[in-house]
Amino acid sequence: MSDYTLAELCICAAAEAFRGEGENLATSIGLVPRLAAGLAKLTFEPDLMITDGEAYLVAEPVPLGPRGDYQIKIEGLMTYERVFDIVYRGLRQAMVTPVQLDRFGQTNISIVGDYAKPKTALLGVRGYPGNTINNANSMFVPSHDQRTFVSGEVDMVGGIGYNAARWPGGEKPTWLDLRLVVSNLAVMDFQGRDNAIRVISLHPGVTFEEVQDNTGFELEALSSLGETPAPSTEQLTLLNERLDPHQLRAGLFKDNPPGRRLAS
Amino acid sequence: MEPLDKSMTIEEIVTQVQSGMTLGIGGWGGRRKPMAFIRALLNSEVTDLTLVSYGGPEVGMLATSGKLKKLIFGFVSMDTIPLEGHYRQARQEGRIDLMELDEGMLQLGLKAAAARLPFLPTRVGLASDVMTVNPEIKTIKSPYDDGEELVAMPALPLDMAVCHVNAADSRGNSRISGPDPFFDEWFCRASTKAYLTTEQFVATDSFNDPKIALQMPVERSLVHGVALATCGAHPTSCGPEYGMDLAHMRAYNATAKTGWQDYLADYIQGKTLSAYIEQVGGESAIKKLPLPVF
Repeated sequence: MSDYTLAELCICAAAEAFRGEGENLATSIGLVPRLAAGLAKLTFEPDLMITDGEAYLVAEPVPLGPRGDYQIKIEGLMTYERVFDIVYRGLRQAMVTPVQLDRFGQTNISIVGDYAKPKTALLGVRGYPGNTINNANSMFVPSHDQRTFVSGEVDMVGGIGYNAARWPGGEKPTWLDLRLVVSNLAVMDFQGRDNAIRVISLHPGVTFEEVQDNTGFELEALSSLGETPAPSTEQLTLLNERLDPHQLRAGLFKDNPPGRRLAS
Repeated sequence: MEPLDKSMTIEEIVTQVQSGMTLGIGGWGGRRKPMAFIRALLNSEVTDLTLVSYGGPEVGMLATSGKLKKLIFGFVSMDTIPLEGHYRQARQEGRIDLMELDEGMLQLGLKAAAARLPFLPTRVGLASDVMTVNPEIKTIKSPYDDGEELVAMPALPLDMAVCHVNAADSRGNSRISGPDPFFDEWFCRASTKAYLTTEQFVATDSFNDPKIALQMPVERSLVHGVALATCGAHPTSCGPEYGMDLAHMRAYNATAKTGWQDYLADYIQGKTLSAYIEQVGGESAIKKLPLPVF
């Protein structure tokens, strides 16, 4: 088995979020989600729709970074207005990186702190409320800690989650569908009791206790908790040659650590 | 009879803006923003504006200049530079009133205004804090058998909208030749008076091509005035003609921490567009700015 980095482990784990999406649109915000969607398309989900990150559907993933002579292969139009339309129809999965995530899967990129005078102003809710009430959503979190996985609720609920207290009439919105959370420590889903966040695999060398200690709420775990699968040679080759030829993923984590932790 | 001539100067568009107005600005984040108009507006006495925008640097500039009373928005960002420093500062100090919306809700509000409706129904916003921070947004029960509770996204009528286009004629026909027209159409339709700034004035004949007609989302009856603003989106991008001036936007962003008096003096105060263009390196340098890749 070849060596692989933590970034590559996360990318391959995140690609799994798109399994079964068929022809749905994968909207992937950020480096890991983008490479994950590209990898899914080039391996097990060839019909996935993806974009150039701007306004066009492309027949093959656009390599990250400077494109050199590479020309995008347009297969259709996907302006922002069309993205909204596809969101409303639900034929899409978004993978994003929230600044805060709570036990309900509610997410925030708006502000940190008090709403009127926040400690930190970020972007705004963007499309999170619409994404989460209309189509499937997954997340990549590069820093699994209690500042991101917060106790209580996130400071501004942009992305909605499995929090019955907020649902109209207490009923789950029909199309609310949170899928996967990939962090630098573990892979989680929402299949715990009442859709609680559940650890489904640990990255090599990580213990459940470490994940729990870095999470602001109680986590559930799969009864037979295994390791996050290592990237295959095929996946690493696709990353190197097609998706990320400039190795931008090497800059994702400080010192680009290996995927299999060295014994300390 | 002569056809209508709606050509005017950027400064003449600014004279249409009155304090207290609700102003819609086209473009998206760091892309195709009518920045020449924004700079001219900063040189005016106008204040107390309510701004509706898919926000970019214009939000920070108007906020930091104290011209903004209220912001109706889904985000403020400069795309490649994700966080807009001047907006953040104003937001953190609680200096502006807010109506923070999902991006799609913002469009629905414009669409409702465009159709002269009080609201449009949507699920978007339900179960999120958009509904708690904006108690004025109500829900409505579907009158049909499903009885579903929906958000009644209120219309966002605009007193004025200003958008930047690639080409226009003096009658108000216009073309957006970049890859995404964004929501400029809806800003124009939602406004009492829409104005365009344009990279170039062209003859009406130049639109006589079915492929070009597909790039013309705004019909001229919506448009009250058109002003020439070559490189008028700088430092934001205006594809396919020029990309973002990232160095300029970074320098602008840094002034959120260091104070922006120098920036104001160098690039805005008393500067005509041509003086500004010279100051930032000239038209040919701007036209060489690489288009962004995402």
